[in-house]
Amino acid sequence: MSTTDPIRLSAIDQARALREGELSSEELTRAHLDRIAAVDGDLNAFLHVSEAEALATAREVDAARAAGEELHELAGVPVAVKDVVVTQGMPTTAASKILEGWIPPYDATLVQSLRAARLPILGKTNMDEFAMGSSTENSAFGPTRNQWDRERIPGGSGGGSAVAVGAYEAPLAIGTDTGGSIRQPASVTGTVGVKPTYGSVSRYGLIAMASSLDQAGPVTRTVQDAAALHELIGGHDPRDSTSLEGGFGSFTEAARAQDVKGLRIGVIEELEGEGFDPLVRARFEESLAALEGAGAEIVRVSCPNFQYALGAYYLIMPSEASSNLAKFDGMRFGLRVVPEESPTAEAVMKATRGAGFGDEVKRRILLGTYALSAGYYDAYYGSAQKVRTLVQSDFAAAFESVDVLASPTAPTVAFRLGEKTSDPLAMYLNDVATIPANLAGTPGISLPSGLAEDGLPAGIQFLAPVRADDRLYRVGGALEALLEDSWGGPLLAQAPELSGGIAR
Amino acid sequence: MSAVDLVDFDTALERYDPVLGIEVHVELGTATKMFDGAPNIFAAEPNTAITPVSLGLPGTLPVVNRKAVEYAIKIGLALNCEIAESCRFARKQYFYPDLTKNFQTSQYDEPIAHDGWVDVELEDGEIVRVEIERAHMEEDAGKNTHVGGSTGRIHGATHSLVDYNRAGVPLVEIVTRPIPGTGKRAAEVAAAYVRTLRDIFRTLEVSEARMERGNVRADINVSLRTSPDAPLGTRTETKNVNSFRSIERTVRFEISRQAAILDQGGTVIQETRHFHEDTGSTSSGRVKSDAEDYRYFPEPDLVPVAPSREWVEELRATLPELPAARRRRLLGEWGFSDLEMRDVLNAGALDLIEQTVAAGAPAQAARKWWTGELARVANEREVELDGLGVTPAQVAELQGLVDGRKINDKIAKQVLGKVLEGAGDPAAIVEEEGLAVVSDDSVLSAAVDQSIADNPGVVEKIRGGKVQAIGALIGPIMKATRGQADAGRVREIILEKLGVDG
Repeated sequence: MSTTDPIRLSAIDQARALREGELSSEELTRAHLDRIAAVDGDLNAFLHVSEAEALATAREVDAARAAGEELHELAGVPVAVKDVVVTQGMPTTAASKILEGWIPPYDATLVQSLRAARLPILGKTNMDEFAMGSSTENSAFGPTRNQWDRERIPGGSGGGSAVAVGAYEAPLAIGTDTGGSIRQPASVTGTVGVKPTYGSVSRYGLIAMASSLDQAGPVTRTVQDAAALHELIGGHDPRDSTSLEGGFGSFTEAARAQDVKGLRIGVIEELEGEGFDPLVRARFEESLAALEGAGAEIVRVSCPNFQYALGAYYLIMPSEASSNLAKFDGMRFGLRVVPEESPTAEAVMKATRGAGFGDEVKRRILLGTYALSAGYYDAYYGSAQKVRTLVQSDFAAAFESVDVLASPTAPTVAFRLGEKTSDPLAMYLNDVATIPANLAGTPGISLPSGLAEDGLPAGIQFLAPVRADDRLYRVGGALEALLEDSWGGPLLAQAPELSGGIAR
Repeated sequence: MSAVDLVDFDTALERYDPVLGIEVHVELGTATKMFDGAPNIFAAEPNTAITPVSLGLPGTLPVVNRKAVEYAIKIGLALNCEIAESCRFARKQYFYPDLTKNFQTSQYDEPIAHDGWVDVELEDGEIVRVEIERAHMEEDAGKNTHVGGSTGRIHGATHSLVDYNRAGVPLVEIVTRPIPGTGKRAAEVAAAYVRTLRDIFRTLEVSEARMERGNVRADINVSLRTSPDAPLGTRTETKNVNSFRSIERTVRFEISRQAAILDQGGTVIQETRHFHEDTGSTSSGRVKSDAEDYRYFPEPDLVPVAPSREWVEELRATLPELPAARRRRLLGEWGFSDLEMRDVLNAGALDLIEQTVAAGAPAQAARKWWTGELARVANEREVELDGLGVTPAQVAELQGLVDGRKINDKIAKQVLGKVLEGAGDPAAIVEEEGLAVVSDDSVLSAAVDQSIADNPGVVEKIRGGKVQAIGALIGPIMKATRGQADAGRVREIILEKLGVDG
């Protein structure tokens, strides 16, 4: 590895190199495509690589730059997009057989933003089918493998995006986070992921799992890169009724500030004890100590209703998902299975859904359908919504005394492929720390806290009040710098080298 | 159908008290759809008035059409409803190919308008107050066409086509409370209620409200009970009845059918039924039971609709005069009899007469033109009155010529005929064609002399006191002058010449 290898630079530094003429976007994009060709056969982070389109965009940027046109700061820096995000003219499957071959006729709003800023789109990243899972093992097109250990899961649902940036296949990626699908993969791959405030990034063009929980956000290697990508894809969208008007601080300024003096950090008592592995907790405590050393104030806060969050989540999410996934019926797009003996519309719908959806998707559709049924609605969906309100009030109470909250992002480091596939409950517990933010709509960031069990990365999560995403970048940027000083460089530099698709 | 026992309608009502309940769907005439920027148009090529949102493609999201909300509030206000301060949409979930998302976005337990009433006027002027439970917003579904079956029905079809142009068209559904006490007028009340709503929609300009296009569709619930004190009986719901006549026939048929069942000690099954235009009967659709579970839950892709009180009051203040109030006002101003007013309404001539009066014609004269000669021609040509090509201003001008004695009624009809042919305005036609009445005594006098000379028998009768025989003298004169003679003046001259008092 050469230290000048452009794909190892942060996205911000790649952008600087482009601006300063050190390399062209075409060269940079080609370097990433070469990297994908070299390592993705093993990693399976990409479901689709859009080489021609990415290079065309790169050449446009180069021409525009040569012509002296004003360009977006990130113009020419490639990006990978999670396959749950709709891309015009580019396959979009949400890692499901039911959408195999579907070419959308429109772009998600955030994809329009990427295109308008002229970021070459390298392709679509792997994920758990319809973003349902915590390991990317539920992809209909095979799991993604963790670049730290290819026998380990990369987290989920956005394992593909996390590994794409973690393995230098892309400097930037888009993820979506319904219960932790950006933050938990970041945690187990040693990368950075941000779930923005609900409504901060348009959901128009995100294939919905749970409408009231889904939020797209940046997946990167550095906090500053995340801030820059968040600013690019954020903003009000009239096509999304739940989209927020402005009123956010500058994320990039906050990420650069590296100043936590007087910042009050609340450690969530309910999310630090039992169930969290010892070294994961140790890295968490060390991170807090580093912040305290830099002038932050660490306090303990209690969020008593967080213990009910997982249960509430597994009622609300499947309820909404069961409804959102009803449209996949073989009538208008995607897979259509026609049973010979009885080709009625109803039979086609049944056969298509039976063949097109994987087990976890079916499990959640069944759960949600049951929870919304007459006679059960109040007990399940209704009660879960009450818990949701309680979780929100826990956040509100906590943020009266602290600026941000902190916890380990996930209870463990990456587990082995197949280890939890037969135990859905164990799988669901991965998201115990990330789910409360989705229920409350509050923003959260995960960044590496160091190496924990088995020499694998662990993550620390910060949560901020709604619209105070800038606080995440302030504390994240500061901690990242403190930890990298102590490590002598980025954590990812300690990851094993990948070479030519040969497992280590 | 022949197997159905029926009790004569009037006989049935001697034994049973009918209770109605009516759900009316109206398609709003907004430029775009309920949750989508796709155009809201009728009869375009199939699947052209669509966007990714109309098709419910993965990733798409709804956005509430503000104009549709405004129209829904106007309807609510016109029906004396309370307007919700905040209300949500919900998803009504069931699988059917005409639903792009396999749920309909509708309002469930939080309608935008609720607890209102509307007075329905029957033909003889009796007023029936119908209480409105709610009016809520929702989206229409696409349209299935079944191909290969004998009757266009799904049974026997080889395949079906779906047109999503209608998918997402904004609807307001208006639901009555049970309507008791209509007795023998049940059928009339049902039709008059829907007509009343139709007229309100048109006045509010929220919909073209054309029944034949399905802009307004009614679901008619009917139940019978033994007496007004008894609890409500089991109801049936006949879906999508879309003409006033069909509504009346539906109510009559269901009362007759249910009475026969009850007479035999049977029980009415709660179900949806379909009305058949050809036979005037209804047939069983699907059994509607509590087992039908739409798994409603609040639509998470939309925020609540919270119309500000200022906006609601602004809409209330700018509501147009509603049809009933307007009819009462015009009836007073014009002095028509109830019967005359009914003819006017049936002919759809109210607006035209009002405009004709505004252009200067007396109300009765305006009425006679529009419900007489013009209605006859419209009927002949099978067009609406306002499609005849004659303007209220032209009718008023024509009447002005008559009142100014420039032309008589008979010539006026000729002139009108020419106006209908597109020959221009009445005064110009009279001028160009020399149709003005001849009232020059020197011309008329000679004609009178001739007529007197030609008809000695008639002259004798008149002189003998039978003045009414004078028509036999006037007729030939009118004929000789091609109708242009001033008949009144002719009569005066004859009487003068014969020395008889009129």
